Amino acid sequence: MAEKILTCIGCPMGCELTVNYTEGDADSVVVTGNTCEKGRIYGTNEVISPKRTVTGTVNVVNREGTVVSVKTVPEIPKDMVIPVSEELNNLYVEAPTHIGDVVVRDILGTGSDLLITKNII
Amino acid sequence: MTKDIVIIGGGPAGLAAAVAARDAGAKEILVIERDEILGGILNQCIHNGFGLHTFKEELTGPEYASRFIKQVEERRDGIDTLLKTIVIDVRAEGDTKTVTCMSKEQGIFTVDCKSVILAMGCRERPRGALNIPGLRPAGVYSAGTAQRIVNIEGRLPGKNVVILGSGDIGLIMARRMTLEGAKVHAVLELMPYSGGLKRNIVQCLNDFDIPLRLSTTVIDIGGRERLEYVVTAEVDKNLKPIPGTEEKIECDTLLLSCGLLPENELTEAMGVKINPKTGGAEVDESFETSISGVFSCGNVLHVHDLVDFVSEEAKEAGKRAAAYVLNTVPARSTNEIRLVPGAGVRYTIPVSIRKERLEDLLTIRFRVTDVYKDPEICVYFDDKCIRRQKKKIVAPGEMEQVILRRQDICAEENIKEIKIQLE
Repeated sequence: MAEKILTCIGCPMGCELTVNYTEGDADSVVVTGNTCEKGRIYGTNEVISPKRTVTGTVNVVNREGTVVSVKTVPEIPKDMVIPVSEELNNLYVEAPTHIGDVVVRDILGTGSDLLITKNII
Repeated sequence: MTKDIVIIGGGPAGLAAAVAARDAGAKEILVIERDEILGGILNQCIHNGFGLHTFKEELTGPEYASRFIKQVEERRDGIDTLLKTIVIDVRAEGDTKTVTCMSKEQGIFTVDCKSVILAMGCRERPRGALNIPGLRPAGVYSAGTAQRIVNIEGRLPGKNVVILGSGDIGLIMARRMTLEGAKVHAVLELMPYSGGLKRNIVQCLNDFDIPLRLSTTVIDIGGRERLEYVVTAEVDKNLKPIPGTEEKIECDTLLLSCGLLPENELTEAMGVKINPKTGGAEVDESFETSISGVFSCGNVLHVHDLVDFVSEEAKEAGKRAAAYVLNTVPARSTNEIRLVPGAGVRYTIPVSIRKERLEDLLTIRFRVTDVYKDPEICVYFDDKCIRRQKKKIVAPGEMEQVILRRQDICAEENIKEIKIQLE
């Protein structure tokens, strides 16, 4: 059994979680110190398969000196955060942009889509 | 031009106030914004984590702003907006307030109104206010300036970065610069605790193995044209550098995230009473300042950690301003109850209440003076303790609140003061 002390990032409460688990076995996970269900889910995911939302920008080709903000939906595995961020440098869109527009589907095989998060007229 | 309510600032506070004022029946509302677009600072806060309270989902800054912009668009029958327009003066004479504005198109012009909502937000503490010795090379930015350069203009201010101050913007920028390919050597914090939210320390620093050095500051800045290095030192209990702990870090960029200051020049100039603890106006239960009909909300009132609470507060202020112009609220009587910060509490919002103007629930927001483990948050009506609430931990970086019921306050005959303190 392994033990990890984590700070829950499910909300700004920042509960301190103690997670007991066997490597790779989701059923073995016991989370204590959480004050809600989010904490249990976060604690479990964090030791079995941690995930993050990547936010960043991509170039807008027809607006000089402008980038538009994007995010991955749903969250991607934590070890893909850096590769996906680097991939954003290779992407571009054209204005106008709308919140929710898809820039890339299944970015780098993560199963997540890259969506626009800003309206640029 | 004549309006019922003029709202200064089209950021999260101004937008939420406008929507709430319209929904409460005010008809002639004008929002004045100096930028080209509405949304304020949210437009450059492209990270997620906004809206968990307000919309029960996790949004990025621009998405959060767009929800409120849409609400304003849906209420164009009562809300006007002026962009690229800056307010240079507000004057209150009797019931009329005169707002002097300036824009490229219209030059200088005035708007008369019955009520003003101050929603100008805050700005960052600049290098000049920090007294860091050293040279004046390029490469020293406030964290928010760097955020704008990266997230709006798409350029990277530098590649080897040190961040002074562990406020939320500094933490967010540590991650942002890292994801854009820069090396962030360390985040330094003068105090023995971080000023940022815990979740940001986890997601922005721990995830990328960026060290957070507490009780550490910058004591020298080197480089002629461009920043070449900073010298750090640990500080003692009195925040004085400890000789022998100096360390030189080579870097081309220093970001400053050393606190936010409410932007209250207009407020002070019109004679509104300022609370020295917050740098914002003193307000009552209605978010009304010392001048009747002038309201304040959001970061210009006191600096918030979460935009959700800004929206909530601004909504209340908007509603109260509407009640003021519609004459549906009792005028302020002289029997006010003062709110007093007791031991361990730095300030409270509001600072005074009047029973006859209370709604069913009164939210009192406050910040603590230090990190306390296992404190009890106690509420006193004069000398009588009416509530004790256990908390695991409180910290200056995270705003706290207590909610009181009107019936409990009104049940007491002659309360003079309500005190919030830690025990």
